[in-house]
Amino acid sequence: MQITAPKFKENATKALHDASLQKALGNVERGFVAKRAKAAAALPEFDALRDAARDIKNHTLENLDLYLEAYEEKVTAAGGHVHWASTAKDARDAILDICKTANARTVTKGKSMITEEIGLNDHLEKNGIHPIETDLGEYIIQLRGETPSHIIAPAVHVNKEEIEADFRRVHTHLPKDRQITEPTALLSEARVVLRQEYFNADVGITGANFLIAETGSSIIVTNEGNGDLTQTLPRVHIVVASIEKVVPTLEDVSTILRVLARSATGQDMSVYTTLSTGPKRPEDPDGPDEYHVILLDNGRSSMLGTEFQDMLRCIRCGACMNHCPVYHAVGGHAYGSVYPGPMGAVLTPKLWGIDQSGHLPNASTFCGRCESVCPMRIPLPKMMRHWRERAFEAHQEPAAQRYGLSLWAFLAKRPKLYHLATGIAARGMAMLGGSKRRLSSLPLAGGWTKHRDLPAPEPKTFLQQWAEGKR
Amino acid sequence: MTSAPPRRPKVGLFVTCLVDLMRPAVGFAAARLLSNNGCDLVVPPEQTCCGQPAFNSGDREDTRAIAEQVIATFEGFDYVVVPSGSCAAMMKVHYPELFAAGSNWRARAEAFSAKVFELVSFLTDVLKIEALDARFPASATYHDSCSGLRELGIHDQPRRLLAGIDGLSLTEMKDPDVCCGFGGTFCVKYSDISNAIVERKAANITASGADTVLAGDLGCLLNMAGKLKRDGSAIKARHVAEVLAGMADTPAIGEG
Ligand code: SF4
Repeated sequence: MQITAPKFKENATKALHDASLQKALGNVERGFVAKRAKAAAALPEFDALRDAARDIKNHTLENLDLYLEAYEEKVTAAGGHVHWASTAKDARDAILDICKTANARTVTKGKSMITEEIGLNDHLEKNGIHPIETDLGEYIIQLRGETPSHIIAPAVHVNKEEIEADFRRVHTHLPKDRQITEPTALLSEARVVLRQEYFNADVGITGANFLIAETGSSIIVTNEGNGDLTQTLPRVHIVVASIEKVVPTLEDVSTILRVLARSATGQDMSVYTTLSTGPKRPEDPDGPDEYHVILLDNGRSSMLGTEFQDMLRCIRCGACMNHCPVYHAVGGHAYGSVYPGPMGAVLTPKLWGIDQSGHLPNASTFCGRCESVCPMRIPLPKMMRHWRERAFEAHQEPAAQRYGLSLWAFLAKRPKLYHLATGIAARGMAMLGGSKRRLSSLPLAGGWTKHRDLPAPEPKTFLQQWAEGKR
Repeated sequence: MTSAPPRRPKVGLFVTCLVDLMRPAVGFAAARLLSNNGCDLVVPPEQTCCGQPAFNSGDREDTRAIAEQVIATFEGFDYVVVPSGSCAAMMKVHYPELFAAGSNWRARAEAFSAKVFELVSFLTDVLKIEALDARFPASATYHDSCSGLRELGIHDQPRRLLAGIDGLSLTEMKDPDVCCGFGGTFCVKYSDISNAIVERKAANITASGADTVLAGDLGCLLNMAGKLKRDGSAIKARHVAEVLAGMADTPAIGEG
């Protein structure tokens, strides 16, 4: 995947001026927030479930090696194969190998952020294999040659007029006079096209929301049923999942599932929750002949035991971005990474390096709304701050910023000098503010006065006036 | 039939660097609210800043040094009161995290943390004040500043006290709990994004029909007032302390 996080500012400015994107983002802001609030309010034990979910995942992460080994054992016992991949390349190679062995030409895919992370589609295409996204949102962005802008609603940045135009461009069989303006018409059009692909496909690739150590099962939750067709119709099913997706038992999964859909879309449960355990058994009417799991690390294990371990609890519900004012303003593509919003601001520097993605953990107001809705109680602002610490230690921020801050800190540690400086500043700014008592431009504060006036202070600071006996 | 007068708690007022420099009126209002409600008030002159700019920029070392200085200055009081949710949260929630578990400074920071309160929550939750005697003829809407709301749980307290102010009618804006886009250095470093966020906030304030926007944090207020003024709006911005102290007859923030 091409990462454009270093250009976050340019990306953001472009997004702010994109009228149709801004309209589409309004839907995230209104729809998801209200739905989550309603679902949470309707379940009295919602917060207790969040605690339980957090505890389950913490326990798993403390014993991750044990649960992964147990999981592998069960998968093998059920007739499946586990492939360990420490890097994105390892995962791509393993998948390509399986596809080649199966003589695959067409591969159907259920929605999977992990395959975006490892840049799978490009890799398959380069090797003569045609991947087809079957999730409606993913299908749309595949037609558009774009990447997802949201982890559960990948095409949330596209509006329905644009989708209609894309379908007319690619589905050349469409009669000009056929109406496909309504969402349901668009959906059935995609469904007809995709149906044929399910039967053509030799391999089906899905992600996994969870892996269960107790049974060796993978779980996907979807609202479209496309994942089920992807993993049952082709001869070979490949599950691509990162190592932190493992959960000890079925019981544990049922707890976490209760907070997942509520946090994501405000549903009690997603429409489909599908468990797969190994390939088709002799008595099964359908299912794949082969079942493979690619277990990807890609930096996760290096988060264990560090200040970033809590991030591995993430279940990719998207609630943090749905509630993030920065995400609402600029959308997912501005982040220039597979993972946008607050969770991406923590994860991306781990995957691509803080030198590449230093903007992301900085571009947050620390309003804390992400943490307050995260079902897994991940302290997102705190972890973004840890990245800022690493960047600060590496002297990454612009020199002017660094000097400005150290000067401030230098003064803050020396009250006498500090009061001398603030006294002078107050007098100066009061003079500049004049009788209007506000400044519309101020040297060194261009970032502020570009969009806002600066209310001017009084000529004397509070502490000066207090010392003079004013009450 | 006299009962012993309740002990007057010794309260140190931390005015915050923004109040000190940009809006002294908030400091005077806070001081009046505390002295008028039975506190033995002290404003230590050697105070500067709580260290948030350094903390949120990833500069742990300077933050720690500033925190040590604040703790040393204020730990002798029964309470430390701050007219800002974000500075109070910095001192209450984040100071202890700055020091290694088990260290002497950690213990001091924890003891200090227990004494720190945001001004309005101190009035309601500690002093148990249910109503204040003040008049403010206005229709106002209240913006929940993020840190106060989410790190300290301040939501009902200011609304309860404001509801009892003579002449004041309170209307809720849409999304009062969504960030105004200030975010400390964020608003300067990412000023275009910050602007997009405060634009929505200003639109919600305007749509509420109120003539005044109130909040408990000066950072947010400077941001919202600055935007409203730039847009030519007549809506006034004030710190909630000024209203509660009956000191809202002075010019509003950014007005002559
Ligand atoms: S960080 Fe939390 S809110 Fe965000 S996607 Fe992960 S689980 Fe959901």
